Formats: sequence, structure tokens, C-alpha cells
Amino acid sequence: MTTTLHDPTRPATRATTYREALREAHRDAMQRDDRVFLMGEDVGRYGGSYAVSLGLLEEFGEERVRDTPLSESGFTGAGIGAALGGLRPIVEIMTVNFSLLALDQILNNAATLRHMSGGQVSVPLVIRMTTGGGRQLAAQHSRSLEAYYAHIPGITVLAPATLEDARGMLWPALQDPDPVVIFEHGTLYNLAGELPEEPEPVDIAHAAVRRAGTDVTLIGYGGTVWRALAAADDLAGRGIEAEVLDLRVLRPLDDEAVLGSVARTHRAVVVDEGWRSVGIAAEVSARIAEGALYELDAPVERVCGVEVPVPYPKHLEDAALPQVADVVAAARRAVGDYA
Amino acid sequence: MPSLGADMTEGTVLEWLVAPGDVVHRGDIVAVVDTTKSAVEVECFDDGVVASLDVDPGTKVPVGTVLAHLTDADGGTAVAGPPAAPDTHAGDAAEPDAAAAPAPAAPPTATRLPHRGGPGRISPLARRLADELGVDLATVHGTGLHGVIRAEDVRAAAASTPATGAASPPVAGHDAPARALDMRRSIAALMTRSNTEIPHYHLALTVDLHRTLEWVRERNLELSLAERLVPAACLLRATALAAREVPELNGHWVEDAFRPAEHVDLGLILSLRSGGLLVPAIAGAEELDAVAMMTRVRDLTRRARGGRLRGSDLDPPSLTVSNLGDQGVESVAGVIYPPQVALVGFGAVSERPWAVDGMLGVRPLVTVTLAADHRATDGAIGSRFLKALDRALQDPASTMEQKER
Repeated sequence: MTTTLHDPTRPATRATTYREALREAHRDAMQRDDRVFLMGEDVGRYGGSYAVSLGLLEEFGEERVRDTPLSESGFTGAGIGAALGGLRPIVEIMTVNFSLLALDQILNNAATLRHMSGGQVSVPLVIRMTTGGGRQLAAQHSRSLEAYYAHIPGITVLAPATLEDARGMLWPALQDPDPVVIFEHGTLYNLAGELPEEPEPVDIAHAAVRRAGTDVTLIGYGGTVWRALAAADDLAGRGIEAEVLDLRVLRPLDDEAVLGSVARTHRAVVVDEGWRSVGIAAEVSARIAEGALYELDAPVERVCGVEVPVPYPKHLEDAALPQVADVVAAARRAVGDYA
Repeated sequence: MPSLGADMTEGTVLEWLVAPGDVVHRGDIVAVVDTTKSAVEVECFDDGVVASLDVDPGTKVPVGTVLAHLTDADGGTAVAGPPAAPDTHAGDAAEPDAAAAPAPAAPPTATRLPHRGGPGRISPLARRLADELGVDLATVHGTGLHGVIRAEDVRAAAASTPATGAASPPVAGHDAPARALDMRRSIAALMTRSNTEIPHYHLALTVDLHRTLEWVRERNLELSLAERLVPAACLLRATALAAREVPELNGHWVEDAFRPAEHVDLGLILSLRSGGLLVPAIAGAEELDAVAMMTRVRDLTRRARGGRLRGSDLDPPSLTVSNLGDQGVESVAGVIYPPQVALVGFGAVSERPWAVDGMLGVRPLVTVTLAADHRATDGAIGSRFLKALDRALQDPASTMEQKER
């Protein structure tokens, strides 16, 4: 995979990967603000389970790159405490599966303390975690539980899909006075491409059109953005011009971007690795029904993860997760291409 | 190239620790590979002699690429094999084209609610467009799933009022010539569809109207000026009665079958002074006597010409009447409005020679024609209809008042 989303005419770019872009974002943030530190399982000596923080311990020292015990609730709580105390912690949780152990801290404390204190305190905490399947890591490591977090008022939920967002989202997240959860799809770490030497700032409020089209909107986030883009390529070969909308921000959802795109294309396919029932795709579909019913020329299509624990065998895992062919089929149904 | 981590898709050979001819054993370190996370030593998974090193140091290759070949230690047959990924990782070790491997034939996505498509289903956008553009959805042919009407069908049908359609409200930036053009195109589309799809048969009958006109003259003596009848009201009344008597012609052809209509909703073709047509309907016409019919026709004509038709005026008719008598023509060979199955035409009422009781007389005559859909009915039924219409006009005293039937 390579990203081609940046302007190819822009001078002074360099080859990098999603993983390196994240690492650079950490380095940049820690250089700019000495209140920023990273903590989590294996982030220090091992360099991070996904090697995002490789070398940061050596560069910034043990005070600012801290290995923690296997205790998600404990170290997330410590992060909340540090944020309350004036620091700007980045807590890395190995995968979203394990983050459920910290859900009490995130929901009942991080997202709630501003309210409970009558606005006296805020929790400027950033929590990063890996999400998604497609790597044959089976049910323990492959869940897509973004919806659990997007459900919580009081926090912002981000899903960087591109190198630009991997590089750019961390700093504005750290500037947010309230908790921000960042989901990194596990298949994206090796995503290679070019970034400008001087990366441009990105916002953490808006969705982004990754490919313009007129016939159907493919809505995805994180890992599914690339499958939607691949599907759009396929569809273009069939004479169907698909628009690809990268949600980027799962909470609060960018209604204007979603409804605006549907108003242009009049058809929507929502692609979500999460389970179909009561998930992100369900929420997006509901908002389209609320805000753009009279723009719809076909029922909204959802392409979601099958409602099973993600299987280990490759053929079963492929069958359980949204594939490009599924997105193409859904888009063709939406536009009425039954050939 | 072995998979040295779950998220590894490619690796760079940094260094070979063996050379061709070297004897290697399972577990020996044979190469160093950069996985982008770190440099990893690669173990050999077989015993043998290195035959060739196939990837140069510094080269990045996808997981699954053959790095080297071994032969048996005794110099025999070549062993397939580089330092290979263990079998359990085989799925992970994507071949260069594995990403493009076909998805399962029937992608088992999570259950999807079925789309309830079908004739009569209309997408929200299509409905909105029809409203905005003044298109009568009953005239639109759906091309979506099982006949769902979608936006493109509405646009194809017309951008403005079709022949059976609504009086389109003035659309901003939509000038009169453009509207007229749109209407022309709508009529073109609808009539083309009719002539393409419907096998018409045509019947004609000349009807003596002297009794009816006599009745009208006498009845008008009792009526106020505003209520006075014109003969056309009686023609419509007679048509409604005939449609009741021969219900096979009153309804719609849908999904390869005739669906009789519950009431006689009589479509009335009105030509507009600005050009084009409107076909408002007189709903429940079988319940209206001649006077009531006259009132409705008068109201409808006034509203239609004033561009202020009501929504209910535009409900789809079950049978349409084309009265070109005031244009002076003798007869009408009609074109049916789909999905109706018949169109009744009236020519001019004029005094012509007519044989009565073996004598040549002069009588007010009208030629009534029927264009009917041969899929739905045959000539015998059409004949019954015209005869029923004639009968009604020969006995106005009993047929033109509501209580009589």
C-alpha cells in the first residue's frame, strides 16, 4: 500500500510509513512540550508492541517513556491522575481488546470528571490503541470496538487512516483539554508513502473526502478507508464514480460532511469493521436517515464485520471482515447495477 | 521471506550469513532481515547445502518471497527452500499477489435487511424530484430493483408536467419556453411508451344524440345559469355508466395483469392555451349525475387553466376521455395513457344525415371511439362498452339523473 493522497507537486517530501509518522508525532510533541510523556506496556525497552515508540526511550529517558505493568486499569488511571496534575500524558494500550479493562477509568473518570467537578478540573489525556483485524491475530487481538468509545460523551475519538493524520493528529489531540482516544488500525502501521518535510497541521474535527465521486458515497474510517478506495477503483472500471469519505473523527461525527456527500451522490455505503448491530455504521446510517432521507435514491448499505469473534484461519478471517469485493457489491446494489 | 511479526508484510535482507555451497542445518542463522521494527536473525528451517542466494542484501521483498535455494546435503535433488516461514504463518506470508486474491465467491457479510423493492416503491429522492418537477409518478416507469422508481426514472420521464401530470408550480429560473419543452418531452416519453408497449385496438360507433340534447335543453330550463349543462357532461356521464357496466376497461395493466379500479376515475384531457396537455381526473365519476358532472368539469377546467389544480385532481385516472369535438374533428383514434387500458374519444357533435325508421333524417350525431389495450380485453368487450355508452345516451331521462342507473 502506498498513499497518494498528498499533492504530488508539493516539493520536499520524503518516504515514510504510518508507524514512523506516529513515532515522529510523538517525538515532535515531546520536544515541543515537556509536559508530554508516553506510558504503556512495552513502550520503552521493547520500543512498543508495534514499534511506534522505538528509540524514544533512548532519546527522552525513563521519566518520559515509561514501561508499565500489564494493568490497563492501573496505568490508564495513572494517566488520568497525571493529566489532572497538569501533565500531558499519552497512554498506549496494546489493543482495543485489552482497553476494556480500562473502560471504567475512561468512562467513569476521564470522560466524567469535568462534569463531576462542576468544571473545576479537566483531563487532557490522550489514549492510543490498536484496533481491527486482518492480521490473523484471532479473537483476542482483532476486535473493532471503536463504537464503545464513540458512545461516550465527554471524549473525542479519532481514527487516523493516512500518513498525514498519523503524523498530524497527536498534537491537536494533546491540545484538547478533554480526553482524546486515537484508534490505529493494525494493518496500517506498514502503510508507506510520502510526507512533506514540514508536515502541515491537521484538524481533529472534520471528515475528509479522499476521492471525489458523483454516484455513491463510500464512508469508512481507519483501515476501511483503504478498502473503500480500492473498491472505488474497481467501481470506476464499471463506470460508477464513487466518493470516498474518511470519517477521521468518530466522535463527534462530522454530520455536515456525511450529509453533504450524500446530498451529492444520493447513495451511501458505510464500511465498518465493527459488528453491524448498534455500531458506528448504524449511527452513520441513522444520521443519514435523519438528515438526508429526501436525498436518498436507494437504501443505505452497510458493509460490516460479521457478528462472530474474529476467526484465526485466513479464509475465515477474510470472510468475517469487510472486503473490497463486499464494498463493490454493496455500491453496485445502491446504484442499481444488477448486471 | 518469513513473517517475523503479525503485521509484517515485507522485509529487507540486510546481510547473508551463508554463501552458496555452505552446509546448513535446521536452526542455523542464515540471514539478517530488517522488518522495519528491527533487524531480526533468520533461522533456516531445513538441512541442506545452499544452492543459491536469490535476494541481494539491501533488497526489500514481500513476505513469502523465496530468499534462497537449498539442495540435499548429498548433492541430490533440490530442496524447495529458503528459510521458510513456518506453516502456521503461511497465511500471514502474503505472496506478492495474495492481496489481490479473489474474495470468497459469496462474501458472507453480516445479515442485511432485504430491500423491499417492487412496483409502486419510490425512492425518497425520486418522490421529492417528482414533486419539485411536477412529474406524475403514476406515469413513471421504474427501473430500480423489481421496478422501484428512482431519481433517474423521474428525470427520464420528464423535468416537468407530463401529459397525465401535475400543473407544475413555476420553477425559479425555469422559463416558459423551457417548461413547454419539458412538457413536450414528457408527452413524448409517455406516448412513445404507450405506442411501444400497448397493442391498441380501435372501435368506433356513431351515436344519435337527439334525445340527449333534447333532455339537456329541457333540463337547462330548470337550472340556474351557473349550473347549466353542456352536452359534454352527458357524454362523460354515459362514459362513467358504461365503465361501470364493463369494468374490464376501467383500471390498469400492472405486472402483466389487469387490475380493475374500484371507482371510475375519469381522466379528462385538457389542452392548455400555452400548449401541451393536462389530464386531471374526476374521481368517483360513476356517482355523479349529469348536473354534478357538469359542476365538476367546470371547476376542474377553471382550476386547470388557472394553473391551480389540487393534488386530488391529479390522482391517476382509471379511464381517460379525449373530447376533440370542440376542435371540429369527426373522430378520435386515441392513444392510451399507460397504465390504463382504454381511452374514449368523442368527435364533434354535428347534424348529419341519419336513417331513422326507414327515412332519411337529420340528427345530431357524435362518433364515439374506443382505443383499448388488447392485452387486457378483446374487441367483444370494447363493443359492449360502446353499446352501453350508446344505450345510456338514448335514455337520458333515466340515465342522466343520479337515482337511475
